[in-house]
Amino acid sequence: MDILILLILVPVLTVLAISISRTKEQIRMSAAVGMGIQLVQATYLVFAYLAERKNGNVDDMLFVRSWEWFKSFNIQFSIGVDGISVSLIALTAIVIFTGVLTSWKVDNLSKEFFISLIVLTTGVFGFFISLDLFSMFLFFELAVIPMYLLIGIWGSGPKEYAAMKLTLMLMGASAVLLLGILGLYVNSAAAPGGLMTFNIIDISRLNIPMEVQRIFFPLLFVGFGVLGALFPFHTWSPDGHSSAPTAVSMLHAGVLMKMGGYGCLRVAMYLMPGAANEMGWIFIVLTSISVVYGAFGAIVQKDLKYINAYSSVSHCGLVLFAILMSDKISANGAVLQMISHGLMTALFFALIGMIYERTHTRDIRFMGGLMKVIPFLGVAYMIAGLASLGLPGLSGFVAEMNVFVGAFQHSDTFHRIATIVVCSSIVITAVYILRVVATLLLGPIKNNDFNLIKDAVWFERATVIILIFAIAGIGMAPLWLSDFISRSLDPIILKLSMIK
Amino acid sequence: MDFGQLLYMRHEIILSAIALIVLILEISISNKNIEKIIPVLTVLFFINTIAGFFPVETGSLFGGMYKTTGITILMKNILNIGVLIVLIQSAGWLKSNFTGSSNIGGYFFIVISSLIGMDFMISSGNFLMFYIGIELATIPLAALVASEKLKERSAEAGVKLILSAALSSGILLYGISLLYGTNGSLYFDNIASSFQNNSLQMLAFIFIFTGIAFKISIVPFHLWTADVYEGAPVNITSFLSVISKGSAAFILLILLFTVFKGIEGTWNSVLYFVSVLTMTIGNLFAIRQKNIKRFLAFSSIAQAGFIPLGIIGGSAIGFSSVVYFLLIYLFSNLGAFGVVAAISNATGRENIDEYNGLYSTNKGLSLVMMLSLFSLAGIPPVAGFFSKFFLFTSAAKQGYYLLVFIALINATISLYYYLLVVKAMFINKNEMPIGPVKNDAYTKLGLIICAIGIIAIGFAGIIFDYINSLTFGIK
Repeated sequence: MDILILLILVPVLTVLAISISRTKEQIRMSAAVGMGIQLVQATYLVFAYLAERKNGNVDDMLFVRSWEWFKSFNIQFSIGVDGISVSLIALTAIVIFTGVLTSWKVDNLSKEFFISLIVLTTGVFGFFISLDLFSMFLFFELAVIPMYLLIGIWGSGPKEYAAMKLTLMLMGASAVLLLGILGLYVNSAAAPGGLMTFNIIDISRLNIPMEVQRIFFPLLFVGFGVLGALFPFHTWSPDGHSSAPTAVSMLHAGVLMKMGGYGCLRVAMYLMPGAANEMGWIFIVLTSISVVYGAFGAIVQKDLKYINAYSSVSHCGLVLFAILMSDKISANGAVLQMISHGLMTALFFALIGMIYERTHTRDIRFMGGLMKVIPFLGVAYMIAGLASLGLPGLSGFVAEMNVFVGAFQHSDTFHRIATIVVCSSIVITAVYILRVVATLLLGPIKNNDFNLIKDAVWFERATVIILIFAIAGIGMAPLWLSDFISRSLDPIILKLSMIK
Repeated sequence: MDFGQLLYMRHEIILSAIALIVLILEISISNKNIEKIIPVLTVLFFINTIAGFFPVETGSLFGGMYKTTGITILMKNILNIGVLIVLIQSAGWLKSNFTGSSNIGGYFFIVISSLIGMDFMISSGNFLMFYIGIELATIPLAALVASEKLKERSAEAGVKLILSAALSSGILLYGISLLYGTNGSLYFDNIASSFQNNSLQMLAFIFIFTGIAFKISIVPFHLWTADVYEGAPVNITSFLSVISKGSAAFILLILLFTVFKGIEGTWNSVLYFVSVLTMTIGNLFAIRQKNIKRFLAFSSIAQAGFIPLGIIGGSAIGFSSVVYFLLIYLFSNLGAFGVVAAISNATGRENIDEYNGLYSTNKGLSLVMMLSLFSLAGIPPVAGFFSKFFLFTSAAKQGYYLLVFIALINATISLYYYLLVVKAMFINKNEMPIGPVKNDAYTKLGLIICAIGIIAIGFAGIIFDYINSLTFGIK
């Protein structure tokens, strides 16, 4: 059977298996097994993809399949992957597998929890393999809506408010996005066959008139950008992430926000390159604000989850910033940053969840000296922090390096100033990361109860180790991943540079 | 006349036969055993629904008074499916409320007569036939709405319905007479071919549109809706909100695409206006409702505001999208009302607050409710997503981007209040939630049919393509 179809089918079957499971043990085992299979499949996909490329397959998209769906609207169910989507699929598989592991102890309505979580994942996998805007949009919304229940039922703090805010903002964004998609559809009648089409490949071969692009490019970019925490539409992110249960924060910051970046690159930039070059500056300004504002926001926060949520705004802003540079090196950096940030933020949220379970607080003012009692988690937190501030040898460095080098190649003043401003975020990031590490882990133990807490148990250790391996792996062998991605960026960059 | 041609009218003929069987059964069975006619009639109606799908030639009868085409047959079949679900869902309510002097047979007779009226209305080729059909469809409903004799609100709702129906059909008749005055004919074909753009005919169009808009409860003709929906027994409300509204929407489609095709420019702007108004007002009022029936009433008003998106521009694919939308709306709304009916009939509770914590006691009902509400809100992967998407696409294809945008914003607003109900059921805590509701087999069957419809119809691309193949000749 087709590997890509299996990527959607396995989560669906997992959901079915969970819904007929009876005991808690069965539920979490079926979730873990299902997502384990998914991880194996994703790994297999990576190697299958490499093998295809080695055999000299030079198509933009591999494993392309297409089925007739709604003939009257010329809608097909088309799937296919390139290097970018394969690497994001691998990221998703890692994050969801570790997410299931960290949720091992979810007791309240665990069946519903795992079903919602895996329905959400189905949406993410479907989104990354879609080559058709219709199914892409379908999976996009499918990935957002379970979030409402996940945060509303299993969240903490002002969870109902956060859940509603997040859902409405993201669904509002999807409304804008849909308008953009319909604009593309209606103006695609010049595609082969003379019918309007939702197919990304077919649309990419067209030259959409500039006046159309000017209207619909901002809609598409904002529609996806909201999910990528584009300033000033990022406000759902801190509230949502901090109220969500651990696995959901991991998945949301780690993977869902990447859907925003991927969508901006694959749909907004790729299909409307003219407007992207012409109007890109508006969004460059906005994303620069995202990057710097997010970093400053993280400095003043006291809650660990809020700190990390603002840091995500900053890092995801960097992804969008890099994409807008329409330069190959920085686009490469953008994809690397998506993967690196996905892994690193998943690790952060997992660790915060584990620490919170032990200390029952996430306020850094009441914590200190945790390194003495939970050295394993403490060291892991430090590694995540170092990756976040871009220490060489870990994934964050490679990504940011690429972004800044690429961005600085624009010789005009505007791009250079923007790059320098965005670069400053590195310093600010270092400030809040080191401050948190210092107050949280080092120094005296502030609360006597902390002496009693125990270090990580097996499933927590497994989560942390898998994520750290991935982060360090990218940091050590960045070229391998870079090669993997950069070839797939060629068509997009080519299209963008042709317009210039 | 060739009697074989009477097969064109098979929907109406079979239904009339069933109506007669109801009358005969009712007088021949003693009051004690009267409940036993429920399964018999439900099965008969099921057979009727199936029979409707057998392909038969289409054509016109009585000199063009009565016409069938592929699409009218499909519309009748959709209504049949809806009534079948309503009948299945109301079995439990009939058993518990219609004892002693109240008669179950009367209920079936009225529902079926109303359906016959709708069928004639959809198939009409002449305004006289159309008027008879619409009256036959509406007047019996007042009796149904007031059928809970001892409840004040039910009687009040009945009076409200009959008064507003009378007013609307007065306006409708006035429009028809103006049209007759300017054309000298009541036949759809004659009117369509001799339409001039004079102001008297415009006025006639506006009056006729208003008369039908009352039935679909399009703003600003919606004021009766919430009160009647709230006062009527839940099962009747679901009939009103789905079957009655659906049939009126069908005839509106047919009239606009055939009789009034010549003044497309006029009705485009009228539809634009009422669409924005209906969606927005329906949504804003729905947010404030505390009673679940009133809530669903306003939600159904807001849903009606999406229908013009497909009609506007007058494209064939838009026509198909509207029919498809109504088909899916039927399953979604009947699903939601089915849950409300099950709870209301068992416990008498109808406030959204009282649904707090429903999931802890009634898992199945909560899940069906959630599916239905998501489908109404247009959330994938359930069917409502597809129908809304296609309506938006059809409108965008005609270039109405701003209207699509307003509709999308409204869809997001509607998601907010649908989520409030989901929140009540799944998230809110309640010390004293509604206890486990024991549903009889009928209620369960009705809800399962709705749930399957909501999940399956969207993915099945073949259904939309089938509808579209029938509408091909419409333009």
